[in-house]
Amino acid sequence: MILDKRKAIGFSRIGSRAAYGMTLFELAEQYDDLMVVTADTSTSAGLDRFRKTYPEKYLDVGIAEQNAMGIAAGLASEGMTVAASTFAPFQTMRCCEQIKVNLGYMKHKVVFTGLASGVALGTLGYTHCCIEDMAIMRSIPNITVLSPADCGETAKAVEAALNHHQSVYIRLTGSSPNPPVYTEDYDFEIGKSVKLRDGNDVGIIATGSMVHPATKAAERLAEAGINASVINMHTIKPIDNEAVAQVCKNTKLLATVEEHTIFGGLGSAVAEAKAPLKNAPPQIMMGISDSYDKAGDYADILDHYGLTVEKIAQKIIDAYKNL
Amino acid sequence: MKNSTEIIENIEQMAANMRRHILDMALEAGAHSSHFGGGLSVVDITATLFGAVMNIKPSEPEWPDRDRFILSKGHGCLGYYTALHELGYISHDELLTFEKSDSFLYGHPVMRRDKGIEFSTGSLGMGMSLGIGVAVAAKRRGKDHRCFVIIGDGESNEGSNWEAAMAAPHHELDNLVVILDRNRHQQTGSNTEIMDVGDAASKFKSFGWHVEEINGHDAKALYATLSSRRTDGKPLAVVANTIKGKGFSFSEDDNSWHHKILTKSQYEAAIAELSDAGAKQ
Repeated sequence: MILDKRKAIGFSRIGSRAAYGMTLFELAEQYDDLMVVTADTSTSAGLDRFRKTYPEKYLDVGIAEQNAMGIAAGLASEGMTVAASTFAPFQTMRCCEQIKVNLGYMKHKVVFTGLASGVALGTLGYTHCCIEDMAIMRSIPNITVLSPADCGETAKAVEAALNHHQSVYIRLTGSSPNPPVYTEDYDFEIGKSVKLRDGNDVGIIATGSMVHPATKAAERLAEAGINASVINMHTIKPIDNEAVAQVCKNTKLLATVEEHTIFGGLGSAVAEAKAPLKNAPPQIMMGISDSYDKAGDYADILDHYGLTVEKIAQKIIDAYKNL
Repeated sequence: MKNSTEIIENIEQMAANMRRHILDMALEAGAHSSHFGGGLSVVDITATLFGAVMNIKPSEPEWPDRDRFILSKGHGCLGYYTALHELGYISHDELLTFEKSDSFLYGHPVMRRDKGIEFSTGSLGMGMSLGIGVAVAAKRRGKDHRCFVIIGDGESNEGSNWEAAMAAPHHELDNLVVILDRNRHQQTGSNTEIMDVGDAASKFKSFGWHVEEINGHDAKALYATLSSRRTDGKPLAVVANTIKGKGFSFSEDDNSWHHKILTKSQYEAAIAELSDAGAKQ
């Protein structure tokens, strides 16, 4: 899918969930054997138009995520191209063992997308937030984990995942509107991160909804005389080891930023990649601390956990000064 | 074309052969032990399916139009591998590698389509959902093949089965057949002691299935029930009343044989019982 400014802005306005549904709608004709599986979440996934236009490619299994992932795997075992989706906690945790056995162990290929991951649904409470999915999905063999930075990248990730050789979990973060990181086309390749900015003092590696604030934080750092590079780590597994090694070689401090628990997600994956390197810089990990203690408006939760442009920049400045 | 008497005799002979192979496998497994009781309770069902009902080509295991089989109660694999052996998918030497290092015959089935093993199963409560996916794919593609799933009654404790039980009639999957191996026991006791599924036939019926309740060791009843195709949009649930450990006096209805080592003397006694019953040696 080619991204242009009009598309990027349009997707940005509707948010990542609607961008997901619209992408499947646009790609539907390209896959004769496409099956879109939902668990009573067609509207939430922007799939209402798809549902009406392509009923033969659509299957709703009701609010039953274990069954959804079993059925998705059964369809995949017959060679169909399967895209399943529901809200992130139910898409990953409720049916975790179905994912392990059917997708990880048997390697039936399903693209499964966690809607509204992170804390975007904070007003609904933590039942509907998902700060654990990258950690859990990353631990299962034969699953690729993607975390797109914006809505345009969501579209690119969905297309790349449909054509990928193994199952892919796509984690959608952010709300609508969702500020675009990209407004023109670029090469999206699973497993290959994208450097958005150069800088030799600090390396910021961000994923999902945190890529945009990371770029803004880098601008603040520049104002404070600190040059930061910014990497969009859209693939959490397999992590881009080469990019991590490169940024470790060129900077004095590493910062990871994610809308996810600080355990097991981007920060952990980067730390694992960094562990064997000689003379690697120290790493500060920004994310949701180990708690469910603040629900409410999305912006308030992000602020509470230090995931705003100002707080990201300040934390990096403080750490940099203490080197 | 075989007449029905010949078909039933063939199923019974195949089941007797399978029980003999199960003894060999259980003995060979030695201290690894095996799920003896739950393997024996499904033998007549799998002999009927593989021997007479399912449209399959052993010479072409991945023939696209084949009927599909899912052993959701994966621990019953002795009653699966031996059926595959009788049809030539698996050699006798391969059967005897059961549960040994480097064998492809694990204590729960691990997918090997070239050997007739369609899915990896054993984590309970997952097979019906896979079967629905297979059945939906066939429907959407206008294919005629059916999908047969065997579940256990202990397995029916898992809630995911009932998600699937709700979904199959909703999507009008009359190409899906679920057979409940109702041996009335589970890992650590009888269903009534641990967790009883109760009136399973009524439960399936209330979800919209067509339900048949039969003796799961009666080849004639199994053949008649499983070979009839439905075209009314209703999936078929067969409650097959069975005896755990069926076939040998020492193991029948004795739940200590859920997973247990077969000794040489038990093996010999069992062989003698099979001989008395006139099985092919």
